Amino acid sequence: MAFRPEHEIHKRRFSRNLGVGLTLGAFILLVFALTVVKVTEEGKMKHNPDGTVVEGQ
Amino acid sequence: MSDIHAYEQPEEAGFGDYVQLLKPRVMSLVVFTALVGLLVAPVSVHPVVMLASILFIALGAGASGALNMWWDADIDAVMRRTAKRPVPSGKVAAGEALGLGMALSGISVVMLGLASNWLAAGLLAFTIFFYAVVYSMWLKRSTPQNIVIGGAAGAFPPMIGWVAATGHISLEAVLMFALIFMWTPPHFWALALFMKEDYSNAGVPMLTVTHGRKSTRKHILVYTILLAPVAVGAAFTGIGGPIYLAAALALNGWFLWGAWRIFNRDEAVAEADSYAVEKSVFRFSLYYLFLHFGAILAEAALRPYGLGGW
Repeated sequence: MAFRPEHEIHKRRFSRNLGVGLTLGAFILLVFALTVVKVTEEGKMKHNPDGTVVEGQ
Repeated sequence: MSDIHAYEQPEEAGFGDYVQLLKPRVMSLVVFTALVGLLVAPVSVHPVVMLASILFIALGAGASGALNMWWDADIDAVMRRTAKRPVPSGKVAAGEALGLGMALSGISVVMLGLASNWLAAGLLAFTIFFYAVVYSMWLKRSTPQNIVIGGAAGAFPPMIGWVAATGHISLEAVLMFALIFMWTPPHFWALALFMKEDYSNAGVPMLTVTHGRKSTRKHILVYTILLAPVAVGAAFTGIGGPIYLAAALALNGWFLWGAWRIFNRDEAVAEADSYAVEKSVFRFSLYYLFLHFGAILAEAALRPYGLGGW
């Protein structure tokens, strides 16, 4: 049995699903990269006994 | 005979229609000015933090665009320039525009706060509120000064960019804000002069409709005169320098000349050449803003080589 030909509406739905999927993927990558940067920068900070935080190794 | 057309589905939106809800052309200006604000700030920002900050500022601007399209769908349908937008054309339901706008507002503000700082996030939240509520819901339909006050929403992005980098508001950030704020009225009034039917058909109280076209021409001249010292004055602050000063003097001289020509024309002359001067001043005003911010960026880019700044 042959598949029914694809309607134009299916193409629109596919474009929407693909767009949402790629956007969410990009968002996840960005949050991951941001987390890595924040954690790395935090690691470079020096925590003093009085509670203050200064830059330093 | 069967009427198969009666069973056809209504037009369904593609991904691009949702992107259109975010006003991508406005977003491109927001990205550019916010990026300049971030890059010229006197602190170094990690490229990933910079990318994230710009993206979330742009997303916030897009969210306010979607909320504006939800609220203004009735008048957008009447105006030729906006009738093909996703909501009035029936591709996206008004409720979907509202949902998308609200969701993206929340995401953009929280994410900007996490990526940079909460002052920048607060300014972004205020900008979205100002554009969607103060401008779209309140001022746009109630006062001919809608453009003047509403222009503040478009003026915030470079300030948010600056604050995202530095964590505080300074004179330079205020001047970048003031440059866009003062530029907005003459820019939009020049547009209103040659888009004459649109605003009156929609019942939007543009200055051309409420005070007449002669008064609008006078307003364009007055606001361009007020804009010039703001634009040139920024040359003598931390973001300025000789390149910016030269650009600002040339661009403001040109803009003032254009505003003077608009002021000296009447409707009969303008009709005769299809609003050629008004259209050219409107186009020029776009370059005006782009080149001012380009000059600010050039000063910052050349500073490490001892060329930018004073």
